[in-house]
Amino acid sequence: MTLHSGPVREERDDGRPPAGDGYAPSQRRIERERFHRTRTRRATAVAALSTLVTAVVLYFVITGSPGWQRTRETFFSAEYARQALPKVLEGLLLNLRLLVVCGAAVLLIGMLLAVARTLHGPVFFPLRALATAYTDFFRGLPLIICLLMVVFGVPALRLQGVTTDPVVLGGSALVLTYSAYVAEVFRAGIESVHPSQRAAARSLGLSSGQALRFVVLPQAVRRVVPALLNDLVSLQKDTGLVSIAGAVDAVYAAQIIAGKDFNYTPYVVAGLVFVALTIPMTRFTDWVTARMDRRRAQGGTV
Amino acid sequence: MSTPKDVVPHEAAGADPVADGPPGGPVLRLESVRKTYGRGTVVLRDVDLTVAPHTVTALIGTSGSGKSTLLRCANLLEEIDDGAIFLDGAEITDPRVDPDAVRRRIGVVFQAYNLFPHLTVLDNVTLAPRRVHGVPRAEAEQRAHELLARLGLDGRAHEYPDRLSGGQQQRVAIVRALAGRPRLLLLDEITAALDPELVGEVLGVVRDLKAEGMTMVLATHEMGFAREVADQVCFLDGGVVLERGTPEEVFGDPRQDRTRQFLQRIIQAGRL
Repeated sequence: MTLHSGPVREERDDGRPPAGDGYAPSQRRIERERFHRTRTRRATAVAALSTLVTAVVLYFVITGSPGWQRTRETFFSAEYARQALPKVLEGLLLNLRLLVVCGAAVLLIGMLLAVARTLHGPVFFPLRALATAYTDFFRGLPLIICLLMVVFGVPALRLQGVTTDPVVLGGSALVLTYSAYVAEVFRAGIESVHPSQRAAARSLGLSSGQALRFVVLPQAVRRVVPALLNDLVSLQKDTGLVSIAGAVDAVYAAQIIAGKDFNYTPYVVAGLVFVALTIPMTRFTDWVTARMDRRRAQGGTV
Repeated sequence: MSTPKDVVPHEAAGADPVADGPPGGPVLRLESVRKTYGRGTVVLRDVDLTVAPHTVTALIGTSGSGKSTLLRCANLLEEIDDGAIFLDGAEITDPRVDPDAVRRRIGVVFQAYNLFPHLTVLDNVTLAPRRVHGVPRAEAEQRAHELLARLGLDGRAHEYPDRLSGGQQQRVAIVRALAGRPRLLLLDEITAALDPELVGEVLGVVRDLKAEGMTMVLATHEMGFAREVADQVCFLDGGVVLERGTPEEVFGDPRQDRTRQFLQRIIQAGRL
């Protein structure tokens, strides 16, 4: 279809697809489209109005509350925010470092665990059982408890040569827990690949390992990318928990300032910084997902 | 009978997909093969089958008669319960035989194509030659292009399978199976998922392969095609080869009542 003739431009004004075959929309179609437009306009108006009303009500309820003045000074003080921001950002570097290192470790260990759980045959029973027990345990164990155990338990052992660095220990605890989550994500991906794919690979003479590596895993990983990114966003936030061990990250930096004058603004700053960091990653996740959906819909390369 | 050691990857030379095995003896032989699924569902019962070189064997019968299972057993995708299967005279059902080495010598085409959706047509075809047969990439790709061109698909080499029609996908699957220069080709109802219009283009390929001397075993519901292309027709019913012979014998003068019934229904359905 081309866009150069007169009637086509007319049709485009109505938002209708151009047609070069002398097609003129029937009365019925025009009627339907008018109805759709009216309904869309009404829905937009209702949504806008209700949002506005809610916002106004919220504003008056909060600013009119008896403690508002006090709350504003304690949580939203510009002075404290200015003071806290540089320190919080400095601490955030630690969170980012933790995210990168732990993220890589989590993906690697998660993949190994998932593959171990899908191995067949009695030879692999110990490995399979171990991987299953691991994921069961660490998926059930609350992260905060895992952190406390590792961060305070390991140094208490007073083992020679074992680090007592809270960052390393806290990072290890994150890896322990998140590997279990990510392993399950990978496993779901592996199991979602139809057995006929494996059969086709084996029928070509590929070994079990080759079938996994060249046929099953590439498809499995592609399918779970959105879920993996979701877990990484979650990990990014949870790097803030290493502060309980005394590592000076963004949260702990905020806590130090807040502790001096009992002003909680630094926490708000730290919170917002985390949100600001998470949003690009979430948008990236959406973008990757949308791109994959589009690719699947077209069934080919983009 | 040879020792299992004889079962080694079969690397034939020459550009033709049809490789020559030892002269004379059958390419594939099934001896009293029994296969059950789960507890007690007998799928194959005492099946004997002999496939001579450069011949086409058609397996016919209702769904669930054991045709597909027979093919899967012959390729060791299923383990048989009893009996033995021989490829070029060597037993492949011996537990000491490496099944991967056997599968390298047998090409399989599936009903649902089973192409790898994350790989381009070219990568689908060259995966096994490169990773299993150790052929360098350039050589594998050159041969893939040759085969694709022969099946009218060369323009599609860099597309993903989803972009192709069913008939094209199935032809790619045939090329993929041929790329390993198999001694034997197993075709499992390869036209069952295709529109009637597309069936012809796939059957045409099988016809060409027969002309080139490829040894094939095919499970099919296309009776007209089986009649035309097969040297041997086996009617399977309830896991037993109830009747076997030339197409003229089985289609023209069936001896068993079950065969007659089956063919009668096929004729009523307008498929013969």
